[in-house]
Amino acid sequence: MELLMSILIGLMFAAAVYLILSKSLLRIIIGTAILSHGVNLLVLTMGGIKRGNVPILGLKVTASYNDPIPQALILTAIVISFGVTAFFLVLAYRAYQELDSESVSKTRGHEADDE
Amino acid sequence: MNNIILLPIFIPLIGAIILMLAPKKVIVQRTIALIMSFILVASDLFLLFYVKNHGITTLNIGNWRAPFGITIVADMLAALLVVTTSFVLTCVIIYSFYSIGKAREKFLYYPSVLFLIVGVNGSFLTGDIFNLFVFFEVMLMASYVLLVIGGTKIQLKATIKYLLINVVGSAFFVVAIGILYSMIGTLNMADISRKINALHGVDTGMISVAAVMFLFVFGLKAGLFPLYFWLPGSYFAPPMPVLALFGALLTKVGVYAIIRTYSLFFAKETTFAMPLLGVLALITIILGVIGVISYYDLKTIVIYNILIAIGVILFSVSIMTREAMTGAVYYLIHDMIIKSALFLIIGVIMAITGTSTVKKFSGLMTVKPTLGWSFFIAILAIAGIPPLSGFFGKLLMVEGAFSTGEMFGGIVILLSSLFVLMSLIKVFTRGFWGEKTGKFNLAIPYKKMMLPVIILLTCSVLYGIFSNAIYPFISDAVDPIIDPNLYINAVIKE
Repeated sequence: MELLMSILIGLMFAAAVYLILSKSLLRIIIGTAILSHGVNLLVLTMGGIKRGNVPILGLKVTASYNDPIPQALILTAIVISFGVTAFFLVLAYRAYQELDSESVSKTRGHEADDE
Repeated sequence: MNNIILLPIFIPLIGAIILMLAPKKVIVQRTIALIMSFILVASDLFLLFYVKNHGITTLNIGNWRAPFGITIVADMLAALLVVTTSFVLTCVIIYSFYSIGKAREKFLYYPSVLFLIVGVNGSFLTGDIFNLFVFFEVMLMASYVLLVIGGTKIQLKATIKYLLINVVGSAFFVVAIGILYSMIGTLNMADISRKINALHGVDTGMISVAAVMFLFVFGLKAGLFPLYFWLPGSYFAPPMPVLALFGALLTKVGVYAIIRTYSLFFAKETTFAMPLLGVLALITIILGVIGVISYYDLKTIVIYNILIAIGVILFSVSIMTREAMTGAVYYLIHDMIIKSALFLIIGVIMAITGTSTVKKFSGLMTVKPTLGWSFFIAILAIAGIPPLSGFFGKLLMVEGAFSTGEMFGGIVILLSSLFVLMSLIKVFTRGFWGEKTGKFNLAIPYKKMMLPVIILLTCSVLYGIFSNAIYPFISDAVDPIIDPNLYINAVIKE
């Protein structure tokens, strides 16, 4: 199971890297979203995928529960990346209004001119 | 009583929350921000002396025993950095009154600054690796806002790049934590350190992988060699007080995180990770030197100076002897103070001349001699001329490099000082000496803008002169870096 998940996560990382290296700002944002999905799945997988009950006490009497820590970490990482993505989208919208383009080639050329 | 180590996080947090209630009242914003920063300085100094008297102070949040809850740890290094941070914050806030402009002040400028400080102080004080990630994100979110606030074209362009690079960096931070968690099964830094040390001999290949991943993540934040490409462009965009905060604090948090993780987790990775850090740091110094001598733009020169300082400090971290680390801690604090002072001075110069290119003006000395001489003192301090603050740290770092046989590294550090001096003296001679050319706008509130600069420079000079009196603090800060067991025993009490 972990092997399958690893392959899937690897594919997601590949797709994210490909999208982030593209020219359109929206594709880049989609790439970061896929990257954060891949990362969250990776944390889940790294915690170990075993057959256990959901980590809620008193639901059923069982010997083993799944590891609750990665789930808490993922929950935190999800809201953080949600906030950052919302900010990024608004920033891209603002840049589209201001720079009349959503291509990243428009964001060049502002460093110190020193000729 | 241990709760006082939360004050550096709580005071700016409460201040920011209060300030968000009345965003349009500029006077209220300024007053509360200033009062909060004074309270912060006072409580941080109190924390510093508390840690000095009581040793490493820890607080288990929610009374959960050490590896199970989040632990906040104030050792001497963290306390010193927190004090320096609050000090820089106060000066930057005073400077902001006269330079940032009402439009930005009405759009939550001060709350963003205080949230930035929450993130920075939290990163210094936390003892939990995932909590470090969260505080990094608090810091980064505030820095995105500060970078883009005002919404000019150049800021939008820079923020897109900065945001993208940090989103990728944060994703890899979580990956690194996930890998470490799968091997070690804990998130408390002291507990990770203990369990990694217990692993020795057994298959440590993955530990090296984790070490390099952490180096990637923190190196991206700090501006280490192959990962610094975002820094000159992004730091060029924001207004000066914001740039002073960024230059003084943000990269240094990355450096602190490398010092913390490499001393606690990876000190035994001497076959691969440590030499890699050393080589990358040296290349960073060389590229920074190329940057400082090739530009005639004030801001860009100082931005590349950040890279040199990062390289010098991280090279000493890769040596990890007592002497080198003492020098690194000395230099880290010096660099936070002097970089903010230098950026604020350049802000004053730019306000007067209206340009940041040194070719477009000269003879500033005839108009504003105080500005000229304080810039001169800042140059000498940053280059490391003996009575000033940069000297002692660099001396110890060079000695540390030579005593471990790293001749090349030591020589590179010494030569880099020469080029730092040259790059800024170039600015000084072209801009301040000579005939008066260029349009000077003398209507700015010059004396008020110089006040925080003078405070920072005085502090830097005193830091150099009284380095002997400061030595006990630095020595206490280095102890847990060299011997992680001190840190571990303070956090995990059995």
